[in-house]
Amino acid sequence: MNAMNTAVNTTYRTCPRSGLQFESQAEKLMIVNAVTAVVALLVGGILAIGVVLTRWPAVHWLAADTFYMVLTAHGIDMLIFWIIFFEVAVLYFCSSTLLRCRIATPRIAWLAFGLMLIGAVVNNVAVFQGGSSVMMTSYVPMMAAPSFYLGLILFAVGALIACFVFFGTLVIAKREKTYEGSVPLVTFGAITAAIIAVFTITSGAIILIPTFLMSVGLVKEVDPLIYRTIWWAFGHSSQQINVAAHISIWYAVAAIAFGAKPMSERVSRGAFLLYILFLQLASAHHLLADPGISTEWKVVNTSYFMYFAVLASMIHGLTIPGAIEVAQRAKGYNKGLFEWLRKAPWGNPVFSGMFISLIGFGFLGGISGVMMGTEQLNLLIHNTIYVPGHFHATVVVGTTLSFMALTYFLIPVLFRREMILPGLAKLQPYLFGFSMYFFCLVMMGAGTLGISRRHWDMAFSGAALAYEWPGAAYLMMGLVGIGGVVAIVGGALYIVITVGSILFGKKLDQGVVSPRFTPVSRAAPTAAAQTYGSAGFVAPGTFVLAMFFLVSFVLYYFINWKYLGQLWGLA
Amino acid sequence: MSAILPPAERLWWKHPLDRVEGTWIVIAFIWCMVMFFMMVFWHVYGKQNLSTETYKTTPDMFTTKAQAMVDKYTVRTETDKNIPVVHPPVGSDVYLVARLWDWWPILELEKNKTYKLHLTSMDYNHGFSLQPSNINIQVVPGYEHVIKVTPNESGTFSIVCNEFCGINHHSMVGRLYVK
Repeated sequence: MNAMNTAVNTTYRTCPRSGLQFESQAEKLMIVNAVTAVVALLVGGILAIGVVLTRWPAVHWLAADTFYMVLTAHGIDMLIFWIIFFEVAVLYFCSSTLLRCRIATPRIAWLAFGLMLIGAVVNNVAVFQGGSSVMMTSYVPMMAAPSFYLGLILFAVGALIACFVFFGTLVIAKREKTYEGSVPLVTFGAITAAIIAVFTITSGAIILIPTFLMSVGLVKEVDPLIYRTIWWAFGHSSQQINVAAHISIWYAVAAIAFGAKPMSERVSRGAFLLYILFLQLASAHHLLADPGISTEWKVVNTSYFMYFAVLASMIHGLTIPGAIEVAQRAKGYNKGLFEWLRKAPWGNPVFSGMFISLIGFGFLGGISGVMMGTEQLNLLIHNTIYVPGHFHATVVVGTTLSFMALTYFLIPVLFRREMILPGLAKLQPYLFGFSMYFFCLVMMGAGTLGISRRHWDMAFSGAALAYEWPGAAYLMMGLVGIGGVVAIVGGALYIVITVGSILFGKKLDQGVVSPRFTPVSRAAPTAAAQTYGSAGFVAPGTFVLAMFFLVSFVLYYFINWKYLGQLWGLA
Repeated sequence: MSAILPPAERLWWKHPLDRVEGTWIVIAFIWCMVMFFMMVFWHVYGKQNLSTETYKTTPDMFTTKAQAMVDKYTVRTETDKNIPVVHPPVGSDVYLVARLWDWWPILELEKNKTYKLHLTSMDYNHGFSLQPSNINIQVVPGYEHVIKVTPNESGTFSIVCNEFCGINHHSMVGRLYVK
């Protein structure tokens, strides 16, 4: 075993700022995947300008065909390419770096990257040629160019290979004994993400391959309802990869910024296990207003099998701030319910980004997601702009902002550069996060009034029987425009700071380089860890916040039932 | 920094949980059960449940049925396109065609009476979005969805298409009257 180990020609660098150990191949792969992700974010962000300024009724900028093309590309570049490239970097970090292990099969990992890159470029070219404005969902029988599907398939194969490189790295770490006992909680969360990713990408392949064959004329027909059912097993589940990944990042940030220990390893890991078992069922939410699917199937699936996955998210939502509270109280911030929170490092974008993400994900994304995912309530918002309002709260406030926060940690640690513009970096999570909160809220408001998503003109120009939306709907969409523009500025700041730091930031010491890994030690059992389960609450402030969350959740949930009860009778 | 380190205790699944966590898990679990049973409850006692009655269909089959209804029950036409306004008998089967880019025909229903509304698409996916009531249903080609509807308010309603269906998607608006 040792002979094999030394035969691998690589080096390990210990970062003097974080103590983390980076293997040289893994480090290059992380850098290249993260940088590509940011390029996708840049493209998607530029496209966001077109989307926002067209849906802002007073501006109504782009022509209809350009708008639908830009919207298709914005969706795919953000939801798929930005997020999954970054997630691959996170997977390599959680395996190779946290376990201090060389990455498995680096050449195959480069192949995975190459396939993903080619796939992303091919898909984007197809969209910008104009014949593939089919939206991210590409519902058949509306067809895109064959290269649209081919690009997605190549990308998916690459991402699948990257997942297996991650699993392989875990095997190597175990075999070469780079750590003792169980993997860290954050790695456990990354394993959850990767398992869900395998399910997700396989579903994508099952439906996109026949659709590709249909686009080149080899398959006669793909059933529209079966397409929707299987596509969403890909489309929604891919968002569940994000949830598992960004929650892992929240745990990591709590550990990095506070030295916080998980309150209970059993609870947090158990919650991740619930994700593996039940989170994929959420894809059924997209089919609630569809014909041909039985009520029982809808109720079981849309409740994520009796809401066990929602339970898991509610657990993480408590344990992460709870762990921070315990760590802060141990440092002496013990006054009252909230001194621990007031004295948190609000000027550190790694922490502020993570905390704004956590609160927004729970209150805006979580509550709205459960509401719209309830079988009957879905009738109120299906295909309205409430839906993008919800998922900008989960995917942008939740995932994207978490990734941004992590990037601020990675610039000195992984990229070995001093961050430029630290003052702007302090501001960026607030500007981006809060404008996104506002943007999501007004989109949900407009959706509650019935405004459609993916719609070029709310004035219905050219329609024989045009409908006149109430003035409040126009006001809401104007506010969507304003909030969106501010959020785009916040996103642009992130790109300026990160790209600027990588290009022009002061070079930092790379630290000691060694041909051998140093095994990772276990967390020291501290006194705090052993007092768990004692009488009384260790995190009363967090508990109060959680109860506030619950009350908001219950009220909003039942308000919507009341609203539903006033509609036409349907049976 | 222990969430990024292997746990101190080898048997992490025996790690005790704090009272904060235990209490919260119980509360959250009860709330999850409430939400689960709420959907079931509404199926028994609520009046807004989407029907699941669905048949496979083809554009020809569906158009034939819709045309028969239009021929029999048209009361007038509207706009310079002469869109028929159909006033079907109470309780009857009512057909609404979704196609690029209109809803056909215009329906005229009676308040507090129940109809069996048949929906399908002739081409791509469309979205039935009844405004200003805000009832939203997916319309999928090849599938005939039969929904019992009971309008509880009179007035003029619009049916906006809220599933992207091509370049003139924004002009796909239909009308429905309730007397």
